Amino acid sequence: MEAFSALVAAADEAGIDPADAKNTAAAAGAGYAYGLAAIGPGIGIGYLVGKSVEAMARQPEAAGMVRTTMFFGIAFTEALALIGFVVFILLKFA
Amino acid sequence: MLAARGLVFPPINELLRWQDIFPTFNKIALIACLAAVLGIGLFLIASRADPMVAPTGPRNLAEQTIEFVEEGIVMQTLGKDGLKWTPFLLSLFIFIFLCNIPGILPIFQMPATARIAIPLTLSLLVWVIYIGVGLKHQGAAYFGHLLWPPGVPTALKPLVGAIEFISTIIVTPFSLTVRLMANMLAGHILLVTFALLTAALATAETSQFLLVPASILPFGMLVFLTAFEILVAFLQAYIFAILAAVYISNSTAGHGDEH
Repeated sequence: MEAFSALVAAADEAGIDPADAKNTAAAAGAGYAYGLAAIGPGIGIGYLVGKSVEAMARQPEAAGMVRTTMFFGIAFTEALALIGFVVFILLKFA
Repeated sequence: MLAARGLVFPPINELLRWQDIFPTFNKIALIACLAAVLGIGLFLIASRADPMVAPTGPRNLAEQTIEFVEEGIVMQTLGKDGLKWTPFLLSLFIFIFLCNIPGILPIFQMPATARIAIPLTLSLLVWVIYIGVGLKHQGAAYFGHLLWPPGVPTALKPLVGAIEFISTIIVTPFSLTVRLMANMLAGHILLVTFALLTAALATAETSQFLLVPASILPFGMLVFLTAFEILVAFLQAYIFAILAAVYISNSTAGHGDEH
């Protein structure tokens, strides 16, 4: 939020409406926040589900156990992307 | 909400806040109450049925759900000794699912769990329970096991202790809350976005003759996402319940299998 007040001060000097400058920066920042936060979990979940499918195909009798563990993994990996999404909401709307 | 030309996304408060139906009681609270009543009602009706004949109707549904929770959640994490946790995990699962599913039901169109109050309350409940269970099973030694998994070298104890403390006491309830809330909120906003796109394209006043029929594209996406949200509503309830079971089983067994 300190970055925003510095930005507002700069915008004020340049004669731009400070609220406009803040909203623009917040919208751009929100987009980057979610986009960057989605990269890691995207790779992670892809790897995780791919390996799980491989395991299930090799050993169909262990499919139930693999599936449960896969959901744990997804839940933990996905949390990072979701925190990114929350940051997006906070930046954009708060 | 929609300008005559173009698309205006409504402010977030318009998507997530409602007028009180009467003071301190709005649509979210109504959905939560309905979910509780529906869940309790289903199992009360099911319990009235004659257990000696083949189950039909509500009893069938109730038995299937209990079996799913026993097989899919309890047996996978807590094992046979944990079957006494079935009622608690079943209530969690049913309540969260019934709070999630109004996200796609007409009239409601809002998952009650997209507001942080319900997920936060439920995860604090789980938090209190798994700490309580740990204290009951291991006494004061629980805090020792919580901070230091067996076999940690003494030199590393401060570091490991700090990490374990933060992860068990703070991060666990936080991530449990945020996972459920953000998933449902993201789904809700996605549905709103594609519904708005469809409406804006279908009613666009434009000379581009292809623009209006193109509204079929976001509409198709909307249908797909609605189906996807059913899956998410189920999956999030399942994940919340199974993670609660995992945390409880960690408390009963301590870290690792040394107990």
